[in-house]
This record gives sequence, C-alpha cells and structure tokens, in this order.
Amino acid sequence: MELFQALTHMTAAGFAQHLVNGISLGSLYALIAIGYTMVYGILLMINFAHGDIVMMACYFAFFGITAFHIPWYLTFIGTIAATALLGVVIERTAYRPLRDAPKNSVLISAIGASFLLENLANYIFSGRPMHFPDIPFLSSMVRIGGVQIQAICFFIPVVTVLCLAILLHIVNHTKTGMAMRAVSKDYEIARVMGINIDNVISITFAIGSALAAVGAIMWGIRYPGITPYLGVMPGLKCFIAAVIGGIGNIKGAVLGGFILGLGEILIVAFFPTLSGYRDAFAFIMLILILFYKPTGILGETTTEKV
Amino acid sequence: MLKIRDLVVAYGGIEALKGISIDVPDGDIVTLIGANGAGKSTLLRTIMGLEKAKSGSITYQEEDLGPLNSQHIVERGITLVPEGRRIFPNLTVLENLKIGAYLRKDKNAIADDIRRIYGLFPRLEERHWQMAGTLSGGEQQMLAVGRAMMCRPKLIMMDEPSLGLAPLVIREIFNIIRRINETGTTVLLVEQNANMALKVAHKAYVLETGRIRMEGTGQELLENEEIKEAYLGKKKN
Repeated sequence: MELFQALTHMTAAGFAQHLVNGISLGSLYALIAIGYTMVYGILLMINFAHGDIVMMACYFAFFGITAFHIPWYLTFIGTIAATALLGVVIERTAYRPLRDAPKNSVLISAIGASFLLENLANYIFSGRPMHFPDIPFLSSMVRIGGVQIQAICFFIPVVTVLCLAILLHIVNHTKTGMAMRAVSKDYEIARVMGINIDNVISITFAIGSALAAVGAIMWGIRYPGITPYLGVMPGLKCFIAAVIGGIGNIKGAVLGGFILGLGEILIVAFFPTLSGYRDAFAFIMLILILFYKPTGILGETTTEKV
Repeated sequence: MLKIRDLVVAYGGIEALKGISIDVPDGDIVTLIGANGAGKSTLLRTIMGLEKAKSGSITYQEEDLGPLNSQHIVERGITLVPEGRRIFPNLTVLENLKIGAYLRKDKNAIADDIRRIYGLFPRLEERHWQMAGTLSGGEQQMLAVGRAMMCRPKLIMMDEPSLGLAPLVIREIFNIIRRINETGTTVLLVEQNANMALKVAHKAYVLETGRIRMEGTGQELLENEEIKEAYLGKKKN
C-alpha cells in the first residue's frame, strides 16, 4: 500500500474519491449508451441525435425549475416524459419516412436531426452557458473521511441500477419486450405474427429517450454548466461505449459505459500529466476494440441473414 | 375460402406472377408445386400482405385482402410458416410459441394451445427454455409450424416445410400437416418435394415461371406423365 501510494502520490481517501467519480460518470454513460444500443438493435442505425436529446432534457429540467418554478421532483418527472415524447417525435419525422430507404439516408437524416436540435437550442436558449439549478441535498457536498463528495454521486449508480433492472424486466419478461426482441431479429416475420412494427419502434425510442433524460438530469446536477452543445461529447462517448460493449446488447452498453467512465477518471487520477488527453481515452478504446473484437465485448458474432 | 384471380406481382419491372387464378376450398389441403423461381413464395408472400399485387384480386371469405396489411390479415385467421423457418433465434422456444399468439388476449386458451402443440411436438416441450436458434433444423421447422398454429388460423400457408430436412423428419412434418388439416384447418402448401406434397393434397396446382401450368386433384397429378417426368423424377414409359 505504501509503495502504491508512493508511486501514485495518492492517498486511499483520494483514490476512493476518484473511484466514486468514475463510477458515477460510468453510470451516466451507461444510461445514455443504452439508448444508442436499443435503437441500433431494432433499426440498425445510429441515432446521432441521441446526445442532443440528452442536451434538450437538461434544458427541459432547467426551464421547468427556473422559469416555471415547478418543484424539482415534478420537473424531473415532466422532463422524462417530455424527452420520451421528443424521441418519439424525432423518430416519426426524421426516420420513419425513410423506413424503406437505404441505410445511409437514415444515417444522414440522424445527423441532420442532431444539428437541428443543437442549432434550435442555440437559437432559442442562446449559446450562453446556464447554471443547472441546485437541487436540495443532491447538489450539496458530503464529507466522508477526508474527502468531499457531491451527494448526487451516491445516487447516480443506484438510480442507474434501478433503471437497468426495470429495463431488463421490460425487455425480457413482458409482451412488449418480447415483441421488441422479435422485431430486432426479423421485421417481416414479426409483422406476420401481427406485431405493429411502428409501435414497437416508437416504444423503443420512448424508453431510450426516457433513460437519456434520467441521465441528463443527473448530469446537470453533477456538471451544472449547460450549453446547446453539451450533448455532443457525451453522445460520442456513449456511442463508443455501446460499440465497446457490443452494439445491440443492453448489458454490453452498460459495461461499455462503466469502462469508459471509470477509465477516463482513473487514468487522469493516476497520470495527472495525461489529463489533457482525457477525451482521447474513449477514442483509443474504440480503435482497440475495433482492432481486436469488432463485435464488442458482449456482442454476438452475427451471421448475415441469407 | 380463398379465391385468387388473375394475380400479377412484379419486382422492379419483372413479373414473378403473370396472372394466376387459384381456389383454396375450406377444409382442404391445396398444394402448389413448381421449380425454383416459379413464383411459389411470391404468391404466399402476397397473400400475407408482404408484397403488393400489381393487378388481380385476392379474396378471403368474400373480403378483398388487397388493401389490408399483414397485421390485419393475421387477424382474419391467415398465417404463414415461412420459407427457411425463420423462427426468432434470440427468443426461447416457449416465447416463439407465445409470440405466435401475439394478437390474442385469452390467456387460458393460449396456455391450452401451448399444451396441445407440445402434445404434437414433444421435442419442443423438452426444449421449451432453450433459445430457438440452438434447435436442429427439424425442431426449428416444428417450432415454426407450432408458432403459426398459435394464432388459431383458419388457413395456414406453408412455404417449403421440407426444405433441408432428413427424410424421416420430412415424413413427420407431413404427418403433422395431415393432422392439422384433420382438425379443420385449411392448408395451402408450397413444395418442391412434389411426391410427398401431392400425396397429401386434395387439390394441386403446378406453377411454372409465374403461370399455372396444370391443376387437378393430388392423385391426378401424381399419375400425370408430364408431372412424373418433370417433378417426380420418373422416366416416361
């Protein structure tokens, strides 16, 4: 232990703090990465607007509390609902009309939706960073041992695990979840079973966006400076997290999220000189995974349908 | 029960069906035989609403199926056992059966039907918890048939159910087809295995490059010299 401390100039308490930070960042990545992976699982497309959905959710919560003075807990519920609706609307307007178009067209439409949201936010909310409102208790610092940790950091992993448990229950043990899994494998036969594909896709977007909203709210409390472009970097990283875990696989997205979140924080903690490369970590991981296991850690080796 | 008149279906300018007319009477097994590319699968897919007809009509119990989508066609009691089985590999055997009953709400009757299908295919019960993708080809075919029966169809369409299966399994599948038919379900069967298919058929059609070449009872076609040579692999005497 002494050697470890000498090597890293880090106390056990300091390490614990970084660990907590890493786990909470990893949890947030996980929640957002699930949205990428679910949409990919069903539509085989990357929803590039997903990061911007996170950003919009931050603003929904911001304005709910500061402009409309709605109690924070009601605002959060409203934010989740509004964000789910936003996801569904984006799918209906930007992706559904291209259902039978080549995959590239949908991808381009997704990038368009992303730019639209960013610029719309810039136009309506202005590019000036706003301060996410302080939430009683959650935003405050708690002193444990020798370190100060923001209270929300303890809630983030708990909320994430709870969300994941609910999601896995829906996907694996409900009729809707069964339909989602069926649609993800075979559109046509799902239709022959009488499944309404469009509804299943809408539900998928609603769930993915709702989870993004939960992540966004906690993101806002944790990193209170919100701008119209706040979703860009987390969006990219969470997409990478989904790829690392094996895109299309929910547990993989969570795993990927934790790997990136923890890795990013711990690398900077152990090698402070590398802190400038913090964002590069995700991209290096992406390159490595694409080299050595392109299907991702939990991804299945898919055989192309004949 | 099902009346098809002058049906034309085209893919990007090429006509896969060039105006065919077929009758499927209630309670019968009707067989459609023909070589690869004759348009057999296209016909079933069009009835199921997966392809749109260019012209002609498909009438089921006096109702035009043309404007309906697949979901509504299933609701009317028509189902398809697709070519290549296409069970959901990422769902368990039991879930595959349950998803066949997706539109039904009667939980108890669904449980009864699952028991009945297990009675028909005991292998499926033994493996009910397995991912369907891990089943053998024959078991997957049985699952595909069982899944289709879960919607309590009045008309079950089967596309090449014997494809790629061992002779013993093929015999079993055909026995099941007979038994399904005996319980009052009408069967429209598409097959390359003309011999087996004609033996179970009440009525049969020969499809050649998008047109009906011949029709008759299964027995008539079995004894027809041309059919014997072209589809049954027997030389003319």
